[in-house]
Amino acid sequence: MANDLISKNRSGSGYALWRRMSELKAGLVGLAIGLIIIGGALIGPLLATVSPTDFVGAPFDPPSQDAMLGTDFMGRDVLSRVLHGGTQILGLSALATVIGVLIGTLLGIVGGYLKGRTDDIIMRLLDVAMAFPQTVLALLFISIVGPKSWLIAILVAAIHIPQVARVMRSVALRVSEEDYIRYAEAIGVSMTRIITREILPNLTAPLMVELGLRFTYSIALIAGLGFLGLMADPSIPDWGMMVNENRIGLLSNAWAVATPVLILAVLTIGTNIFADSLGRSNRGMPSGPADDPKDDEKLSAGKTLETNSDNAAGEIRG
Amino acid sequence: MVSSPMLRFTIRRVFLGALTLLAVCVIVFAATQILPGDAARAVLGRNATPERLMEIRAQLQLDRPMIIQFWSWFSGILTGDPGQSLVNGMRVIDIVYPRAVNSAVLLVLTFLASVPLSIALGVIAALYVGRVVDTSLSVIALALAALPEFVVGILLILLLSTSLFHIFPAVSLVPPGSSVLQNPIILVMPVLTLSVVCFPYLFRMTRSAVLEVLASEYIEMARLKGISTLRLVFLHALPNALAPVVQVVALTLAYLAGGVVLVEFVFGYPGIGQGLLDAVVARDIPVIQLTVLLLATVYVLLNLVADLIAMLLTPKMSARQWQTT
Repeated sequence: MANDLISKNRSGSGYALWRRMSELKAGLVGLAIGLIIIGGALIGPLLATVSPTDFVGAPFDPPSQDAMLGTDFMGRDVLSRVLHGGTQILGLSALATVIGVLIGTLLGIVGGYLKGRTDDIIMRLLDVAMAFPQTVLALLFISIVGPKSWLIAILVAAIHIPQVARVMRSVALRVSEEDYIRYAEAIGVSMTRIITREILPNLTAPLMVELGLRFTYSIALIAGLGFLGLMADPSIPDWGMMVNENRIGLLSNAWAVATPVLILAVLTIGTNIFADSLGRSNRGMPSGPADDPKDDEKLSAGKTLETNSDNAAGEIRG
Repeated sequence: MVSSPMLRFTIRRVFLGALTLLAVCVIVFAATQILPGDAARAVLGRNATPERLMEIRAQLQLDRPMIIQFWSWFSGILTGDPGQSLVNGMRVIDIVYPRAVNSAVLLVLTFLASVPLSIALGVIAALYVGRVVDTSLSVIALALAALPEFVVGILLILLLSTSLFHIFPAVSLVPPGSSVLQNPIILVMPVLTLSVVCFPYLFRMTRSAVLEVLASEYIEMARLKGISTLRLVFLHALPNALAPVVQVVALTLAYLAGGVVLVEFVFGYPGIGQGLLDAVVARDIPVIQLTVLLLATVYVLLNLVADLIAMLLTPKMSARQWQTT
């Protein structure tokens, strides 16, 4: 209770207000950067004047009038491949993020609301899942089954689930203690209705943060797989794959590597800034993830770094 | 009785770790069983001749029941004889071991380079919270935390190994038979990349841990008594911020056990990650199995160490809290 008063006090002071606004501004900048690149990747294929698979010159030609960013290792137009190269990465990342956050949120809410045995079982399973080196196991499965798009989406989503569930559980746990939930239970509102109508709307803010974070992380993972040459269809242009294909020609046409790398860098930085500032501005709100004094204890108890929104995309990627 | 809940926590945690490792073994083994069709055929691909198929089937013991196959593989791992490579017939351990040593060199150097620097910068940021130093370091950390490992590596190559500044070799080529330590220059870029990748986690955790300590009453008391900043940091703030910091160090190293794969691939560094990718391309199952198992063991052990260190450094934790962790 005292904590509530303090945080309200703090957010009322001029400095805090300024801070919050400046953070939101940073968040808007991040969002704008992300949207520009995502939008560019979506309409990119329409803007390209040359086909990404046509041979327009010798391998690794430097930029010229015909090919503004030069040619790649097979003499294809780099600009056109860059314009086409985001669709697959962003599509798969979005899919993996939505699946992972959806399932993670459901598990978290069910655990946090029902508590007791159900909660125990869910949390134990998540502990075990988090004790696995997920990236390495994902590599194992991709190497055995072969690089299939559905497999990549599922594996990346599975990596997100335990972490999302932990965060959402801690928020759901707190929301479920609120008086209006008690009231709803007392007048006999059904459980599904309580979860969907009362709890879920209160989780919107942390949900947005998770979506932003997980999307950043998905892009990093999936671009990494493309870089390793583990994408489903090598004929589809892909930013991650382009970096690997063209790095032997770094000295002849550095643009073939620099362009996709810079796009990936700017995109992930943008989405991360957005998620981070969203997480920060949530503090002081009733359902903000970092407003709980217990979070600090959890942090030093050390199961996870997730509960602290100070760690936007700063969590250890297993 | 302080030690009893601690002891119980330790036992539980070690037990969970052992269970996880066993589960990893089963998954690694099971993964080879879901190979579509005959594993031997999948391994040989177009090079399948009837004789080679028979040979590989015998080697993989595909004709025996699955549980026996698992047991013979598992006991081989335990006794230090995990079989032979399907590609060149070398003992798997002779392939994986030298590469693991190279990767360990990389990790130790990264540890030595990034941990002290990141912690020092974290303390500085906490001391000057809200000032320019803090804000700029925090923005840099936020940006770096977002970048995929290979993007960091390639950006560093673009910056330090091409026309811009041609300082360090972009590729970590090692003549066969010689150690990476004989060519220290090739270690610079991979270590730098891994350090940059680790920096945000270490920095942010140190900063917030020190900030939290600095806000406490006894620090205020010490300040009122006129203690010097250096004494304040080294005698009061750091020791009390140690638990989360040490823990995040262990977790960062655990994360690196997976992160090396990409960074080694960027620089062609002859480590375990590059070896794993080579084995994946060649479908050399025994090598894949042992490598994944090794990386998983390092990961699980370091996570275990992180939890135990956190427990030892936070004795004020109540038994109830440990039980729920």
